[in-house]
Amino acid sequence: MTDTGDSEPLQADPGREDDRGRSGNERRASTVTYSEATKRYPGSDTDAVHELDLKIPAGEICVLVGPSGCGKTTAMRMVNRTVEITSGDIEIDGASVLDRDPAELRREIGYVIQQIGLFPHRTVAENIATVPGLLGWEKDRTYARVRELLRLTGLGEDLGDRYPGQLSGGQQQRVGVARALAVDPPLMLMDEPFGAIDPINRTRLQNEFLRLQATIGKTVLFVTHDIDEAIKMGDRIAVLREGGRLAQYSTPLELLAKPADDFVRDFVGSDRPLKRLSLIPMAGISLWQAPVVRAGETADSYRSRLESADLPYPLLVDGEDRVLGWLEPDALDGAPVPSVPASPADPVIEIDSTLRDGLSQLLESGVQFAPVIESDGRLAGVLSIEIISEFLSTGDGSPLQDTVSP
Amino acid sequence: MTGIVVATGQVSEDFFRDRSGGGCIEENRLFCPGWVIENADRYLGPTLEHLLLVGSAVIVGFGLAFWLAVLAHRHRWLSSPFLAATGILYTIPSISFFFLLLPLTGRGMLTAIIALTAFSLQIIFRNVATGLRNVPDSVRTAAVGMGLTGRQILWRIEIPLALPEIIAGLRIATVSTVALATLAVFANGGGLGGEIIVGSNITFKTGIIVAGSIAIVMAIAFDGLLLVAGKILSPWKRATP
Repeated sequence: MTDTGDSEPLQADPGREDDRGRSGNERRASTVTYSEATKRYPGSDTDAVHELDLKIPAGEICVLVGPSGCGKTTAMRMVNRTVEITSGDIEIDGASVLDRDPAELRREIGYVIQQIGLFPHRTVAENIATVPGLLGWEKDRTYARVRELLRLTGLGEDLGDRYPGQLSGGQQQRVGVARALAVDPPLMLMDEPFGAIDPINRTRLQNEFLRLQATIGKTVLFVTHDIDEAIKMGDRIAVLREGGRLAQYSTPLELLAKPADDFVRDFVGSDRPLKRLSLIPMAGISLWQAPVVRAGETADSYRSRLESADLPYPLLVDGEDRVLGWLEPDALDGAPVPSVPASPADPVIEIDSTLRDGLSQLLESGVQFAPVIESDGRLAGVLSIEIISEFLSTGDGSPLQDTVSP
Repeated sequence: MTGIVVATGQVSEDFFRDRSGGGCIEENRLFCPGWVIENADRYLGPTLEHLLLVGSAVIVGFGLAFWLAVLAHRHRWLSSPFLAATGILYTIPSISFFFLLLPLTGRGMLTAIIALTAFSLQIIFRNVATGLRNVPDSVRTAAVGMGLTGRQILWRIEIPLALPEIIAGLRIATVSTVALATLAVFANGGGLGGEIIVGSNITFKTGIIVAGSIAIVMAIAFDGLLLVAGKILSPWKRATP
């Protein structure tokens, strides 16, 4: 068990205990607990999933990832009993799934698969209304919910009357997600949901789902074989190895910074540093203080600032702290600051890009450092290749806590 | 009456009355419209009998084969024996089947219907089974995962999706049964076959042409009806190319 009990503040978990009841719409997210859950298929002499212990906190996306044949899909399907558990147990909000009628259990868990599996003979709206229909919802309530989901998933209400065969692959997958969300289940199982979508649309769907998840806050079990997708989607990642054994269970950052063993290190790939950078927003590290100067300033005014700065090049800004460009280090030499920079500031990095984007911009322009600006254009600081390499060399898995700037 | 050879005693002299007076019968032309108008009422009874034969055989055949196919879908191991059994029934020549049934059910319409039903089983069974099997696994997986029970999946998902293939099987079965039912006369089962037999024994061919045409029109009509029914029942097929 490699659960580190990470304390990263993720999705809040308001009154999980109170949500346990199945009445009303108040419930939002479930806690899922695997206890030595094991699956052995008849006729096999090895376990497909071996004594898996996992605790997935409410409201988090937990990604099960690993090479093919590692049992990740089996592990996921044990939750809704589309694969029966051989030994051990899985609890949802403290109640064993083994005590539930399988069909009833499944109606309370959203289910999305790679092949989508929309019903070709039913319209989009009828597909989405499947589980409400099974639960005997009234027509008006179902209708309203279908419309809401068509809006929420960005499909648009007029698509409701189409048949699945009339939609693009991306649209079909959105319908698949909408259908899984129909009765607002506190738990979603997603089995390589974006695996069959072309790369451009996959990125779009991933981003859409993350945006959606930010508002709906479900507990999600997400299976993928793609480590990049796991890092992008997961609040937590469970890496499984052959035979359904848990290799590591941690946050994406920790997985990249401190892989538990060679298997995880290999699986994560040799570009771990770059993957880590893609997880860190520019606001997540302390940038350099630039020696900021304004046109017309005198030596008395800027001298101390230049001496205490992290780099020798004065950065010329206007009255509203907007970047104008760089000056030569010795250009001032006691004289007042000129109003025209020696060279333009290029590139200028935006604060909401990731460290990976920032590094890429530095490399592309062939420079060592560049100003970072806030969304309103004001200077936030300076990003340098040195900052990035320092960040990577710390490697303690929790750079956020260490270096967050106020 | 010259040029007409009566080979059996079954045809009365009245059969050849041609009130149109065109001399068509005397010249023994291939087709005599005047005679048809004169003798139209002669075909009403056999046509209704033929409809009854085809209708009963296909409805009973569908009722049996459909459930056999559903059963074989649930329990895969039943598929081969069912296929073999219906295959044997399909291959037995209908006429020998009539004679095999004689000691059990005697001569008459029931014997004919049993034989025709047995013939239709294979075609319908095959098509229903194929239709159910062709439902994509992903659809079934999604349905199970959403909490549909086995029965709900069968009735709400698999059978509606198999409908185009089921209807296709019904069309083939119906059309071939319309043709085959002309042999019911050998079991004394009635139908249009009687009129064809009569025509086969004489050189006057208009009767054969009329009886055969009625069978053809009947087959086309059934086929068209089922085609339209299939389109109405599977609107998603029209919406998706």
